[in-house]
Amino acid sequence: MKIAIASGKGGTGKTTLSTNLAAYIAESQKVVLSDLDVEEPNSGLFIKGALIKEENKFTMKPEWKEDKCTLCGLCQEVCNYNAIVKLGNEIVVFPELCHSCYACSELCPTNALPMVPQKMGVLKHFEKNGISFIESRLDIGQEQAVPLIAQTLEFVDENFLDTSIKLYDSPPGTSCPVIEATKDADFIILITEPTPFGFNDLKLAIETMKKLEKKFAVVINRFGIGNDDVVEYCEKENIPLIAKIPNNRKVAELYSRGELIYDKIPEVKQELKKITDYILKILKPNKA
Amino acid sequence: MKIAFTTKGEKWESMIDPRFGRTEFILIYEEEKDAFISFDNRDIEQEAHGAGPKTSQVIYDLKPDVLITGNGPGGNAASILERMNIKIFTGAGNMTVKEAYEAYKKGTLKEF
Amino acid sequence: MKEIVIISGKGGTGKTSITASFAYLGGKDIVVADCDVDAADMHLLMKPDYSKSEDFYSGEIAKIDQEKCIKCGKCADVCRFDAIPVINNQYVVKPLNCEGCGYCARVCPVNAINMLPQKAGQWFISNTKADNVLVHAKLGIGDDNSGKLVAKVKKEAKQIAENTNKNITVVDGSPGIGCPVISSISGADFVVLVTEPSISGLHDLKRVYKLVEKFKIKAGCIINKANINTEVSEKIKKFLKEENIVYISSLPYDETFTKAMTNGQTIVEYGESDLKKLIVESWEKVKKLAN
Repeated sequence: MKIAIASGKGGTGKTTLSTNLAAYIAESQKVVLSDLDVEEPNSGLFIKGALIKEENKFTMKPEWKEDKCTLCGLCQEVCNYNAIVKLGNEIVVFPELCHSCYACSELCPTNALPMVPQKMGVLKHFEKNGISFIESRLDIGQEQAVPLIAQTLEFVDENFLDTSIKLYDSPPGTSCPVIEATKDADFIILITEPTPFGFNDLKLAIETMKKLEKKFAVVINRFGIGNDDVVEYCEKENIPLIAKIPNNRKVAELYSRGELIYDKIPEVKQELKKITDYILKILKPNKA
Repeated sequence: MKIAFTTKGEKWESMIDPRFGRTEFILIYEEEKDAFISFDNRDIEQEAHGAGPKTSQVIYDLKPDVLITGNGPGGNAASILERMNIKIFTGAGNMTVKEAYEAYKKGTLKEF
Repeated sequence: MKEIVIISGKGGTGKTSITASFAYLGGKDIVVADCDVDAADMHLLMKPDYSKSEDFYSGEIAKIDQEKCIKCGKCADVCRFDAIPVINNQYVVKPLNCEGCGYCARVCPVNAINMLPQKAGQWFISNTKADNVLVHAKLGIGDDNSGKLVAKVKKEAKQIAENTNKNITVVDGSPGIGCPVISSISGADFVVLVTEPSISGLHDLKRVYKLVEKFKIKAGCIINKANINTEVSEKIKKFLKEENIVYISSLPYDETFTKAMTNGQTIVEYGESDLKKLIVESWEKVKKLAN
């Protein structure tokens, strides 16, 4: 069971929920937590486990072979991303603009642009108290988050076949990286705040999940502030609202120090239990 | 000397376009001939990515000795310009082409 | 004309609430741009009238003409993005997967594939309750948030400022450290960094400042929720000193932020408070620094 935790905008508590939910579930069974916010992975600040494995991750980019090139310029013409330019007697490739579509490489009449692996980031696997934590980080200057997210998902699929609950901390927003991070998930938890900003961004996130034809539920963070718009909207639209994490200044304080909160604030633990029960119910519908 | 400017128009009075990759025009002033050549770069607005390399390529083909712009080129564009043996001056963002040229002559623009 | 851009690196620091307050305080003397196009929220506080709207296109998307298609499958073979599955015995393009590379269109033997401009969102020009003009946008779901829409919004705002003789544009910048935020700050005269004293807040502040530094733009910093963790607040101040970033102000953890927002108001409209005073002072400081 793959569960992605997502939100329309940043700063609504996505990382707080992912890390604490993982820690809570790990009290009773093994769980995988994977941070797919590869541009700014922050979950690792809260889960400081033992490093098990570190792998460089590669993506394929064209490399110019001067001796084979006839300077016909076709590569520049076929590249829709301006990632290849012909400068006088030279072909210059800009790997960070390249989307690895292979057009230049495969259409080159003299095979002068073979695709070669290029490092884009690092994947790390940590273990801590029943949590297998997988984090990928894009190298500075790399702009294509999607291929690294795809490879991280693959790593989790291949290495944790037997772990029944897998949590994915998704990147914020509604653009390509979120789509990649959520498109293979069985279920999405959308986290929001009960404020006008939170509500507006939640509606965007819901629109995204509907477009992807995903099953999803909503969790409200900082419940008690703002207004009832989110609650009423969920009722009206028949969207399951599975937990309300209360607003509590102590949460912000613990978060600011990089600490987990699930075992320090009972009201939070109670809400995490509700989410876990909900997940287990979908996982084994007959037992419930 | 051939001097290139990133601009919003095609005259001495036009403003410098502070953006490099997405500049609207490239204006080349040939000091010896006292003449302008202009290149309309406005199609660049349609490009989602890679405006810097594309504009650099135009400049590469125009072969100026000096480039005067506002913010300065980004990494990709700079790596093309580096191959050309061109001097780049920045900080002309709020000037007209004429003012930028005078500032360059006086040596008050920053070299990139 | 001066351009002031407010950015934060990390989400949830209060950037938009602070920017909207500045936009309200600036009133008719300024033009406002919302470049946080992925999750635009400024309009919720500024009561825009959407007086002008225009579609925005970015990149391309493949479309297969079923009448011309001979079902040879070459397009699907070359596609690296699994964007051309066979559905009901027809090759079709999955829009969310298509990256617009155009490889399929080039190899199609019967020219059945056209690359069409992709609608990626909308942008608007609005009059606001603060008696100024707001340029804002909405990105389509799953669309690529390249810097292009951000550049468009900024360009329109600048144009309006020039045409109407306004001295300042206030820009709500994009989050993160990628392409959109680069577009947000390029050409700015002054950058305001809004941060919060958490480990991730400080971490993201450092990363986003690296970009600002690269563009050699003057910067100042507002520490929001400063009293949540005074230890990290001090660390932030130390970082500001080392990097020559102007320390603008510290704002306390204050639920007025959400209360005002819930009322559809900026903090400075919500009534008299110490927080309001601090924000008014910050705005005056920012204006001076930008000049």
